[in-house]
Amino acid sequence: MTVILNQSFTGISIGAVLLLIALGLTLTFGQMGVINMAHGEFIMAGAYTTYVLQKDISGAGVSLLIALPLAFLVAGSLGALLEWLLIRRLYTRPLDTLLVTWGVSLMLQQLARDIFGAPNVQTHAPDLLTGNISVGGITLANNRLFILGLALLCVLGVTLILRLTPLGRRIRAVVQNRDLAEVSGIATGRVDRMTFFIGSGLAGVAGVALTLVGPIGPTMGTNYIVDAFLVVVVGGIAQLKGSVITAFALGVLQSVLEYSTTVSVAKVIVLVAIVAFLQWRPQGLYTLRTRSLA
Amino acid sequence: MTTTLTPTKTTPTAGPTPSLLERLRVPGAFLLGAVLLMGVAPLALSDFRLDLLAKYLCYAIVAVGVSLAWGRGGLLVLGQGVFFGLGGYAMAMHLKLADAAATGQTLPDFMQLYGTGDTLPWWWQPFANPAFALAMTVLLPMAVAALLGFFVFRRRVKGAYFAILSQALAAALAIWLVGQQATTGGTNGLTDIQGFFGYDLGDPVNQRTVYFIIAAALLLLMAAARQLFVSRYGELLVAVRDSEERVRFFGYDPANVKLVAYVVAAGMAGLAGALFVPAVGIISPALIGIVPSIGFVIGAAVGGRASLVGAVLGAIAVAWAQSTLSDAFPAAWTYLQGLLFVLAVGFLPGGLASLVTVLRRRRTPTTQTGGTA
Repeated sequence: MTVILNQSFTGISIGAVLLLIALGLTLTFGQMGVINMAHGEFIMAGAYTTYVLQKDISGAGVSLLIALPLAFLVAGSLGALLEWLLIRRLYTRPLDTLLVTWGVSLMLQQLARDIFGAPNVQTHAPDLLTGNISVGGITLANNRLFILGLALLCVLGVTLILRLTPLGRRIRAVVQNRDLAEVSGIATGRVDRMTFFIGSGLAGVAGVALTLVGPIGPTMGTNYIVDAFLVVVVGGIAQLKGSVITAFALGVLQSVLEYSTTVSVAKVIVLVAIVAFLQWRPQGLYTLRTRSLA
Repeated sequence: MTTTLTPTKTTPTAGPTPSLLERLRVPGAFLLGAVLLMGVAPLALSDFRLDLLAKYLCYAIVAVGVSLAWGRGGLLVLGQGVFFGLGGYAMAMHLKLADAAATGQTLPDFMQLYGTGDTLPWWWQPFANPAFALAMTVLLPMAVAALLGFFVFRRRVKGAYFAILSQALAAALAIWLVGQQATTGGTNGLTDIQGFFGYDLGDPVNQRTVYFIIAAALLLLMAAARQLFVSRYGELLVAVRDSEERVRFFGYDPANVKLVAYVVAAGMAGLAGALFVPAVGIISPALIGIVPSIGFVIGAAVGGRASLVGAVLGAIAVAWAQSTLSDAFPAAWTYLQGLLFVLAVGFLPGGLASLVTVLRRRRTPTTQTGGTA
């Protein structure tokens, strides 16, 4: 029993990381139908921001706290720049955007290699986050709990922005019907850029979180990006809760399967499960109900 | 999608019958390609360079399939590495077994190192039969593609969703292969292949023969793909790419149209993988994962995805640039690769093959304004 609980907690913490990454993707993919392969490199940018900060500021706890908003800004600015330079020129060709952003991601990885060197680097976690808590026989690692909390906080934040602010109202309008939003006087281009800023910024926050559980390297983003995309595909783009449910479900499924089989077999089974799921819900868990054919 | 459409056979404004020169254009170009590949290249290139060219031609065979599925069908196939790998592994498994049999052993060398028992796994055993192994190099990839394609296209999962799924398949296969070290060679893959159906691959003459087989396969597949492009099916495929709903309203099932393109492209990638093994002597997870799978698409994108010749030349050129530059300037090559992607896909969606058309179109308006002034 404790094994199952422990394994589920591992799964939930995997899910929390996936959720942090997929949250930004859901925003950008839902808003513009753009698959941004450079999203993984925004994670990397956030992680390296933490690394650089920690070199300059000695206290691990303080630097982590400063890193969170700063990584958001750094990754978000990179995202907004990418949107302005390339993506807005490719709106009508979403599949091509995927390949173009892959090219950008290659260049960003090489840039990181040139600046920080090819080998992985490490940050020190604050003392508060290095221990474990035992609750009823199951061990909860503090850093994993922190990531879980951070992920939920981000979900809450994005939900509030989408529900309550004028920007959120505009974003929802553009997601539902871009043309109608435009004729209603919404500057869709500006909304797109803000969405991209927030979505990419969330990737930066995910990068800060990842420094707590693993090394920082130029290719760290690519390890997570495919799984995060699968979360978006399964969760659907209409509502954030699709991504939340899917991220945790995939995380738990993955870790339980890993326990009963092997890591590699688990990956294959998860993929088969996803294809099977899409038979039932081809547009993902939550879909926009519109009359359009596309 | 505003890429160049194929001129249809039934265009009402076709005018008079095409001149002799126009009718000979395609066969002539084909003949020229055949002479270059089968005659000039083997005479002009050293053994070492010819081996490299053989490898590039394998990538070009994959590009033929990419051009069909992506260029004509609009299916962004980001997981061609899966099919390349299945074909390659099917071939390599047979060759490893044959190598082992030649030295009087029952197990391939790596299994003696990592293996747990001394019996061959059951799924290896049929690959000792050359006919079965050869059939599997094409049938296995086609079967996997048919299975995934059937379930995905039937439910109208398309566009980016399909691209992500095909990419995830590539990731899953590569990870699975790495995990099964005892039976697949793990990260190392199947290496050190000595013989090819009884012929010693170390002998330069036999290496040249492998080159000729690959070049012949490429020419045949290009001819076959060209016939497919100009057939009724080819037109239907382009129609599905440009307006799937409209094709559905005409009474066709776009799912079947796409499935055929995906399966044929998978078969071509499988054959390319199978030919890659004797040419290079290795197949490994590093050659079939996410990154190489996207690599199969780059060549076609740079050369021109919808143009068969463009895709093939692009694949050869990118593979050549990669092996020439990546050793000497690894950092610069990565930047260049990324930039190539951004420029070719972002600003020249028809690839280099469309450069002539783009330039011509750009020149026409200027002469017009000159006339009115």
